[in-house]
Amino acid sequence: MDKFTKLTGIAAPMPLVNIDTDMIIPKQFLKTIARTGLGKNLFDEMRYTQDGQEIPDFVLNQPAYRDTQILVAGDNFGCGSSREHAPWALLDFGIRCVISTSFADIFYNNCFKNGILPVVLPAEAVEVLMDDARKGANARMTVDLEAQTVTTSDGHSFGFEIDPFKKHCLLNGLDDIGLTLEKAASIDSFEKAAAQSRPWV
Amino acid sequence: MSGPKTLYDKIWDAHVAHEDADGTCLLYIDRHLVHEVTSPQAFEGLRMTGRKVRAPEKTIAVPDHNVPTTPGRDKHIDNEESRIQVEALDKNARDFAINYYPVSDIRQGIVHIVGPEQGWTLPGMTVVCGDSHTATHGAFGALAHGIGTSEVEHVLATQTLIQKKSKNMKVEITGKLRPGVTAKDITLSVIGATGTAGGTGYVIEYCGEAIRDLSMEGRMTVCNMAIEGGARAGLIAPDEKTFDYVMGRPHAPKGAQWEAALNWWKTLFTDEGAHFDKVVTIRGEDIAPVVTWGTSPEDVLPITGTVPAAESFTGGKVGAAQRSLDYMGLTPGMKLTDIQIDTVFIGSCTNGRIEDLRAAAAILKGKKVKDGMRAMVVPGSGLVRAQAEEEGLAQIFIDAGFEWRLAGCSMCLAMNPDQLSPGERCAATSNRNFEGRQGRGGRTHLMSPAMAAAAAVTGHLTDVREMM
Ligand code: SF4
Repeated sequence: MDKFTKLTGIAAPMPLVNIDTDMIIPKQFLKTIARTGLGKNLFDEMRYTQDGQEIPDFVLNQPAYRDTQILVAGDNFGCGSSREHAPWALLDFGIRCVISTSFADIFYNNCFKNGILPVVLPAEAVEVLMDDARKGANARMTVDLEAQTVTTSDGHSFGFEIDPFKKHCLLNGLDDIGLTLEKAASIDSFEKAAAQSRPWV
Repeated sequence: MSGPKTLYDKIWDAHVAHEDADGTCLLYIDRHLVHEVTSPQAFEGLRMTGRKVRAPEKTIAVPDHNVPTTPGRDKHIDNEESRIQVEALDKNARDFAINYYPVSDIRQGIVHIVGPEQGWTLPGMTVVCGDSHTATHGAFGALAHGIGTSEVEHVLATQTLIQKKSKNMKVEITGKLRPGVTAKDITLSVIGATGTAGGTGYVIEYCGEAIRDLSMEGRMTVCNMAIEGGARAGLIAPDEKTFDYVMGRPHAPKGAQWEAALNWWKTLFTDEGAHFDKVVTIRGEDIAPVVTWGTSPEDVLPITGTVPAAESFTGGKVGAAQRSLDYMGLTPGMKLTDIQIDTVFIGSCTNGRIEDLRAAAAILKGKKVKDGMRAMVVPGSGLVRAQAEEEGLAQIFIDAGFEWRLAGCSMCLAMNPDQLSPGERCAATSNRNFEGRQGRGGRTHLMSPAMAAAAAVTGHLTDVREMM
């Protein structure tokens, strides 16, 4: 997994609430057995017509936003299914950070496993960032994980909260499984005790 | 933690294998369910790192999402990508020696129906699956939730999950339900009341007389949609109904182990005075048969209602509601019962169990699907299908003009040949009405099996109480 430290890039505004995982990556693209290659179908049904033509109005199709690295979105981003294809598609497109007032639980967790930083901020802050994102390609937003801040193109800064363990893993690009296997002794002793107390499991 | 505990606290405490100073825990996983769509990359990850499945005997796999529901699928699946995913699961199940129900096995079905049916799901367990509707298993008083593919790989390799504890939320449904009102109406009404983010950060315990009165099938329907309310999991304390359902199932404990298990299971309830961080109470008698009108599961209204105007909402929801109305092709002010439908889908892990088929068949008996409509029933498992045939339900559906399919997820999500065309409007017993969920441009109205059956007969959304 790639580290996430500090990112300065183009932010795209998506003010819609409840952007669900079916919008992010429709199910017909889940038939892959790989993790990569999904970027071209990110937001597929909002991005392309039935016959595969780009819909010019859609934000990521506009010239200013083709190299978007940060999404600023409405409430409850990523609701719906557990599909990790959603963060895979974002990542494959080049998006490393999503900012919203709230995220669905599973999507939020999935982001961290893939080097994507989901940032939760209050509605007023998201509104300011949304306006900044509307300025297009000349307005670069900066997300600093170490300092836990998002800064607009004109220097407004907002601090955000993040779980220290998740932050540590993201900053260092750590593999969860490797970390857990270091605690294998705890798992062994838990299993031994459970075999006594709940032998039917 | 001492003092009174919630059901969630008790199950959580019994599964913490390691706790860091900041409260990050390794939660031990008792059952890991696996399907073909969210697992290939996880098994690939194991191969690449030379890791094994730590507890293959606690890992159960079944293909369900993209298998066709028509005969011949055990010989050949036309869609190449689907076939590759199913073949990958066949191979992974073999290579890693995990429990497996291939399409050729009568026990195959939707993973959340197969788990309980085979007795893999037991009270007090932790159950995970790379699928958000894992919440279903909470009906047994098991802590069950969906995980992403990286977490699937983590559980395969370590039999644990890195977790922080959620908050406790109580949803109480008091009193009795009125005639024609079902578990589906409860769960949709709760989401209508709390919103799709109302449960974010919480594990919900459903309780109250109306919940106690539900069968195990009904309780699974309620917990199934906890995720649509944003919750990590939904729980219902186990009771005699739970124990009766579990007893004698192939993987349920037997003999002395059964007695030991039962002793523990009987301690799995929320203690008097335990703290909930959020409480929602709904009167059972206030719940009506409901349908969804929009493209979010929170867009719930009683069937007697009218399509709302976007301006009747506030904040970001105004834009979302307008988008929903445009997508659904509806005009504010029109009566819900005037909405004409093209297709009826009865099935899914929400409503694909035997009781659901009984409820739909009771409405359909001696009646016909309205001319020109497409209607299909997709049992949740091969065993549900066989039982429905034995009880004569299959014949009722067939006589009414329904297609009688093989088990799978089918039209719940358009990953297999069962899909809606653009603009096609469907009365569905599944759980998601998102844009494109049942096929690009398809329009979904969620409802109970009885309501879907009623709609099949009249050709429009219908108050099932008028047909009872
Ligand atoms: S029936 Fe639908 S919701 Fe349930 S597991 Fe299958 S696709 Fe998911």
